[in-house]
Amino acid sequence: MPYHLTINGTLHDVDVEGEMPLLWVLRDVIGLTGTKFGCGIAACGACTVHVNGEAVRSCTLPVASITGPITTIEGLSVDSSHPVQKAWIEKQVPQCGYCQSGMIMAVAALVAHNPKPSEAELATTVTNVCRCGTYDRVREAVASLASV
Amino acid sequence: MTVSRRKAILGTVAAGGALILGYSLWPYPQREKARAVLGHSADNALITTWLKVARDNKTTIIVNHADMGQGSQTGLAQMLADELDADWNLVSILEAPAEEPFANGDMIKGLLLGGELNIPAILLPPLGYLAPKVSRLIGLQITGGSSSIRYTGVAAMRPAGAAAREMFVSAAALNWNVPASQLTTKLSHVHHAASGRSIPYGDLIEIASKLTPSDSPRLKTPDQFTVMGQPIPRPDIPEKVNGTAQFGIDKRLEGMKYAAIKHSPIFGGEVESFDEAAIKNMPGVVRVVKLDGAVAVVADNTWHAMNAVRALPVTFKGGESTGLSADAMYAGFEKAVAAMPDSDDRKQGDVEAALKGATTVVEATYRLPFLAHAAMEPLNCTVIAHEDGTAEAWAGSQVPLGARGAVAKALGISASKVTYHNLRMGGGFGRRLETDSITQAARIAGEMKGTPIKLTWSREEDMQHDKFRPAGVSRFRGGLDKDGNPVAWFNCYNWKDMPADACLVPYGIAHQHIGSVDAKAPVPAGSWRSVAHSRHGFFTESFVDEMAHAAKMDPYAFRKKLLADLPRHRAVLDRAATEAGWGLELQPITGLRRGRGIALQEAFGSITAHVAEISVDEDNKIHVDRVVVACDCGDIINPDSAQMQLQGGTNYGLSAALYGAIELKDGKVAQSNFDNYEVVRLADAPHIETHIIRSGAPLGGLGEPGTPGIAPAVANAVFAATGQRLRALPLKLESNRAPQTARL
Ligand code: FES
Ligand code: FES
Repeated sequence: MPYHLTINGTLHDVDVEGEMPLLWVLRDVIGLTGTKFGCGIAACGACTVHVNGEAVRSCTLPVASITGPITTIEGLSVDSSHPVQKAWIEKQVPQCGYCQSGMIMAVAALVAHNPKPSEAELATTVTNVCRCGTYDRVREAVASLASV
Repeated sequence: MTVSRRKAILGTVAAGGALILGYSLWPYPQREKARAVLGHSADNALITTWLKVARDNKTTIIVNHADMGQGSQTGLAQMLADELDADWNLVSILEAPAEEPFANGDMIKGLLLGGELNIPAILLPPLGYLAPKVSRLIGLQITGGSSSIRYTGVAAMRPAGAAAREMFVSAAALNWNVPASQLTTKLSHVHHAASGRSIPYGDLIEIASKLTPSDSPRLKTPDQFTVMGQPIPRPDIPEKVNGTAQFGIDKRLEGMKYAAIKHSPIFGGEVESFDEAAIKNMPGVVRVVKLDGAVAVVADNTWHAMNAVRALPVTFKGGESTGLSADAMYAGFEKAVAAMPDSDDRKQGDVEAALKGATTVVEATYRLPFLAHAAMEPLNCTVIAHEDGTAEAWAGSQVPLGARGAVAKALGISASKVTYHNLRMGGGFGRRLETDSITQAARIAGEMKGTPIKLTWSREEDMQHDKFRPAGVSRFRGGLDKDGNPVAWFNCYNWKDMPADACLVPYGIAHQHIGSVDAKAPVPAGSWRSVAHSRHGFFTESFVDEMAHAAKMDPYAFRKKLLADLPRHRAVLDRAATEAGWGLELQPITGLRRGRGIALQEAFGSITAHVAEISVDEDNKIHVDRVVVACDCGDIINPDSAQMQLQGGTNYGLSAALYGAIELKDGKVAQSNFDNYEVVRLADAPHIETHIIRSGAPLGGLGEPGTPGIAPAVANAVFAATGQRLRALPLKLESNRAPQTARL
């Protein structure tokens, strides 16, 4: 059945089953491939997007359950000017980059509520997996946000 | 697309007004093509490299190593740009297409000239060569073995940049009619100080392109470097923060269908039957395709395909791992290594006599499990097989030419009919040296001519059908004399892997016998970041620690004493120990037992030492608080990338040290996803400090050396903190907690 989704400020009508996870609606139906598939069971965070400003793992989020606007990495800013994106470039965080859409979205949601998270707060909130092991840089980049 | 792009790269002054310099000194099969392009004798050819300079002075550096986040594309471009005296702001990087002229014979040459007798193991699996013949390796395009910078960079990029610089100087000399000796270069311009004139390279491409590049251009000395050694920001980063980077999995084509796969859970099992009718009416299902030991479902999106393949009733039959379980496997390995080695890696002196004469004999047996690579991006490949017998394919591969070949073979067409596009890899770590998923996608596409097919493995398939780091057992006997000096080192291990010398220790011990027994399990094995070093690093550096403690010596001092003839090793060890504050008391924290451990490893041309500071809590859980890594990799091209690689390599090894285990149960892999194959996340990622020693020795690799030393450093630290020696990975102390009584 048709669902009306507001994604990055644009209204999309998608005709899919209600239980289809948002991840696959984004990637395969709409073509927003910045949001990544990593595990499909909400265990890695690669698919993190914002719904109503909250970080959610879209691989297990049925599209029927969504009631608010969605922001994906493509919509975090139009020109990579979100402070988290800027910090990521400044501190050269990504290696392969595959986890970083989700990592950035998770961090962006955290700092929206808590602009100066401690390392412990960061670690308990942002549980995303990065197999390239960019964690030191993630911490540095988040710390640099706090000092702005 | 590829044809025109190839022309663009190989043409001399192409339509766009660009000077293209292909620089080849190796008589590889495409020599004629290269000669036609390069306009110079290729008889003395050894290396290949590519450079394009346009009239507007824009400089494109073509690199033949793929990006999986390791930063070597940037490093390679830095090497060429520096020798060229290019303005880095004008430089862009293009990954070489998967075409033979861009194979990296340079790396092979590096292996030969670098004095290494063995081709790194990481290069072997995609070839399936048991006895690699160098001549057969020349036509490859491989990213692996921590080889890009130290081989391609040294042997190809720098000379190519230097040769091109000389051509621009000569061109300017002709243009101005002045001696070349009066000219200098800087920021993509040639300058003539006497007349105050300067000219951009872009204005000289016409003349320069007619000149013959020197086969022995003068290279810069390190004090002249302006781009090498600088922490230049990686140009691939901006697109990795806004979702625009194109990974293999992101490929989309008009009319594309999506495939998902299910393999025989028993390794080597075959498909006996499946019931297509049972899923035919599931949403979006298009068809089922039978593959070797697997079935795939094609549907209108990935989710439908994955749901349907999961629901598809399939009967598999047979398979080599039938009935195999972890306990029986380890028991078999232990029995095998209890015997003497049937193949020796090193035999010097008389170990048995030395052990008999020793005051103290230390004995220990270690083991470690299979490991999955678990790169963040599950395996995938997109292929379209056209009716006219051509095909086009997209994936992220560490072996683009191999990927092209796999598509061709699967479709029964010649490689020249396949255009292969290498996209970014969401991690490789050795897994993307294999082409299994590429073959499968091509097979499916071959069944559905004209329809683009994207095959995506689920995480479960990716984890359970990996080419695993082999499990293994390693038995040691060490002898100490009455003063605590080690006199004998005996080691017998199973499942030998490459590099062959990974099992050797640098320590000066007179009597040594190191060798392997041929005991394996029917489980597919592959190259896992740092390959055999990740196994032997844990084994040997744990045992050396045990010997130190048996000798009642500090483990750092003990190692150092055994490195009398190896000043580089000593310097690395010293640096790590000093930076870590070895010998100073660790800050006590209530409720925690704390300790430090050290490990040293030589791998891929670099010498690396890790010092880990750990805490063990009241529940006996191990926390790694801080890691200091010192590395002598000769010199560094990009200090920022070097740090990232050492940190990333250490975290990769730490996941294996603390969590990683793929275990068999009834012939099947018991683990399936990140919920039961845990990896390091922010909460358990230590602060990792890196210290690079620029000894000036030949460049060593950096992609892998960070990995092997962390597990033994942590294990040794656990011993320091608790007095318990952990001899198996992943490292786990028995829980202190009383077993929970069942609640009704
Ligand atoms: S893909 Fe959603 S959490 Fe891993
Ligand atoms: S940057 Fe590669 S997985 Fe995080």
